Amino acid sequence: MEKKPKSKICKESVPMPKQKLEERIHNFNEVALGYTEEQAVAEAKRCLQCPEPKCAEGCPVDIDIQAFIKLIAERKFDEAIAKVKEKNSLPAICGRVCPQEEQCQNACVMGKVGDPVNIGRLERFVADYEMKKGAETPRKQAPTGKRVAVIGSGPAGLITAADLAKLGHEVVVFEALHKLGGVLTYGIPAFRMPKEIVQAEADYVRKLGVEIKLNALIGRLHTIPELLKNGFTAVFIGTGAGLPTFLGLPNESLGGIYSANEFLIRVNLMKSYAFPDYDTPIRVGEKVAVIGAGNVAMDSARCALRLGAKEVYIVYRRSRNEMPARAEEIENAEEEGIILKLLTNPTKFFGDEQGWVKQMECIKMRLGEPDQSGRRRPIPIESSEFIMNVDTVVIAIGRTPNPIIQRTTEGLQTTKRGTIIVDEETGQTSLEGVYAGGDIVTGEATVISAMGAGKRAARSIHDYLMNE
Amino acid sequence: MYRIVAMQTLAPQTKLIEIYAPEIVAKAHAGQFVILRVDEEGERIPLTLADWKPEANTITLIFQEVGVSTIKLGSLNVNEELCDVVGPLGNPTDVRNYGTVVIVGGGVGIAPCLPITKAFKKTGSRVISIIGARNEKLLILEREMRCICDEVHISTDDGSKGHKGFVSDVLNILIKKGYSIDIVYAIGPSVMMRAIAETTRPHKIKTVVSLNPIMVDGMGMCGACRVSVGGKVKFACVDGPEFDAHQVDFDQLIKRQRAFLAEERTALEHWEKCRGN
Repeated sequence: MEKKPKSKICKESVPMPKQKLEERIHNFNEVALGYTEEQAVAEAKRCLQCPEPKCAEGCPVDIDIQAFIKLIAERKFDEAIAKVKEKNSLPAICGRVCPQEEQCQNACVMGKVGDPVNIGRLERFVADYEMKKGAETPRKQAPTGKRVAVIGSGPAGLITAADLAKLGHEVVVFEALHKLGGVLTYGIPAFRMPKEIVQAEADYVRKLGVEIKLNALIGRLHTIPELLKNGFTAVFIGTGAGLPTFLGLPNESLGGIYSANEFLIRVNLMKSYAFPDYDTPIRVGEKVAVIGAGNVAMDSARCALRLGAKEVYIVYRRSRNEMPARAEEIENAEEEGIILKLLTNPTKFFGDEQGWVKQMECIKMRLGEPDQSGRRRPIPIESSEFIMNVDTVVIAIGRTPNPIIQRTTEGLQTTKRGTIIVDEETGQTSLEGVYAGGDIVTGEATVISAMGAGKRAARSIHDYLMNE
Repeated sequence: MYRIVAMQTLAPQTKLIEIYAPEIVAKAHAGQFVILRVDEEGERIPLTLADWKPEANTITLIFQEVGVSTIKLGSLNVNEELCDVVGPLGNPTDVRNYGTVVIVGGGVGIAPCLPITKAFKKTGSRVISIIGARNEKLLILEREMRCICDEVHISTDDGSKGHKGFVSDVLNILIKKGYSIDIVYAIGPSVMMRAIAETTRPHKIKTVVSLNPIMVDGMGMCGACRVSVGGKVKFACVDGPEFDAHQVDFDQLIKRQRAFLAEERTALEHWEKCRGN
């Protein structure tokens, strides 16, 4: 075969080294191993350094993408991470879980001729590079003497806290669970988000002077009005969407039917994959059906596999095109042997004498006209019911806002869906000095959109504090 | 941070622990619970408050040593520290003057009855309690209940103290005797609470139970504690823990409570083996 002349532009991006398939399905270590220096430089050199870059427009936290990539290409890694951190205090997290393909990379000009520059992997590379070296203590502005309470230590809370601390404010983060990080800790499994990374990024936030108080459930331990009365001038609510949704089908209360949140909290937060060395148990059996096709469903399915399940199914009522999970996650799941059962919807469950689920009745679906979401509506096909044998069912059809703050804060306006109503520009709620952002405002969304909201809120809180 | 101030054996396998927790004390109400972890490997253990002392800044919990987590908890000593304590969690008891309140406590369930009993007494309600256990040795807090209540009735399964039989039998007797009862509060094993619900149902006496399903986070996120109340899914942690007893599907609750029995045995054997070595 004739060799093509070497093109100056490399159409394909440098592939991500991954843990070997046969090994990774038996452990919770990170699957994507990260670029080496050479790989990162090669990928960075693919960037055309457009005169009018489109990539940054797609970034919810306004990172100067072109500049940091140029620095990587020049092997100036320290300067590259400093450039990223001008805008984003949590790059090791974003580099791993941002849906870059829908944001910065979606706008990359290289995407028109081949693969877009893999900005996410480059962000992760410089973040990990710095973490290995030990992050420098960040610069801060002079103390303002103002105190801010941040509720929740998930993505929105951490970034808000970091940005406010950099501006010289005193920040206390209240976290209800016994570990910080919110969904990064209890939700996203270690093979996608190693817990040391979350801790290290949080340590950076602490170095900025932020105090993180664990085991503090606001609404019960202190109310928001009490915080405002007791020395805090402003409050940011970033409590997230963690209330699980169930299907409402007969026998859904059987043992072995978990909400995705219960399943993932047991595995990730309570480390039940190490049971009985850790005390919290989980039981998966051989056949697992995960209902839903978002990232949470993929995470649940891949956890089930790692817990020893022999057959793991994703059961989804629409077709592959409508699956809400990131393409990369679907690819990883399929590679690992997760079986997609598309156009299929559960209708009821059957249990054994001990009250443990053993079968699930499903019905086949077809796609009709688009619905309000713009996706084609799934319609049941009459008399197409069939039975699946299952030992475990995980319901991953979405989560709704955590309700405790809304129930315990008088005057805080919320929607019927339980989300907090805010001014879109500023993030201010119906209460003066009280701001909110992330899933508690939008309903379940992405880590980066929560961070974007946190950053916007931090700017408005700063204005509020300085003009108060 | 969460220092143990007192640890006391009240009955076989039943212990009282007092923990230094000033922030929780300041916010505690009858009917609420806390979640604690003994150590880094530990489960999150939900326990309803049995008491709290503002002067000492301590909360009091009473628990039965039935599995690894509670046995580990019971093996701790005064001045040792717990890894985590979070609370107060759940909705407080709706305390008001109902007229005559009957408080029914079974086994270790008598403990959470104590603050509820005190709270009702403060409203001026007439408070009658029925407390029971398998036998006299396992009966706790009799003296404390006598100090508060207008009447205290006792039952034991084996008849070693008080009425021989169940607390529900005693409640039935009181109803038959013509006691005018405005509300019943019952806390104890699920089978006991189910029996109380069935005792009061024909008489249409309002009955409230405090449920103790399996919980993980205890703040509305996992749904492990889901219970069927009036045909609707409720989360005991954020919607409860107290519910209208006549609306609760106890059969479902009992099955769900037993979901991890096999694993609980495994955990216990593992712990005993580790400790033995």
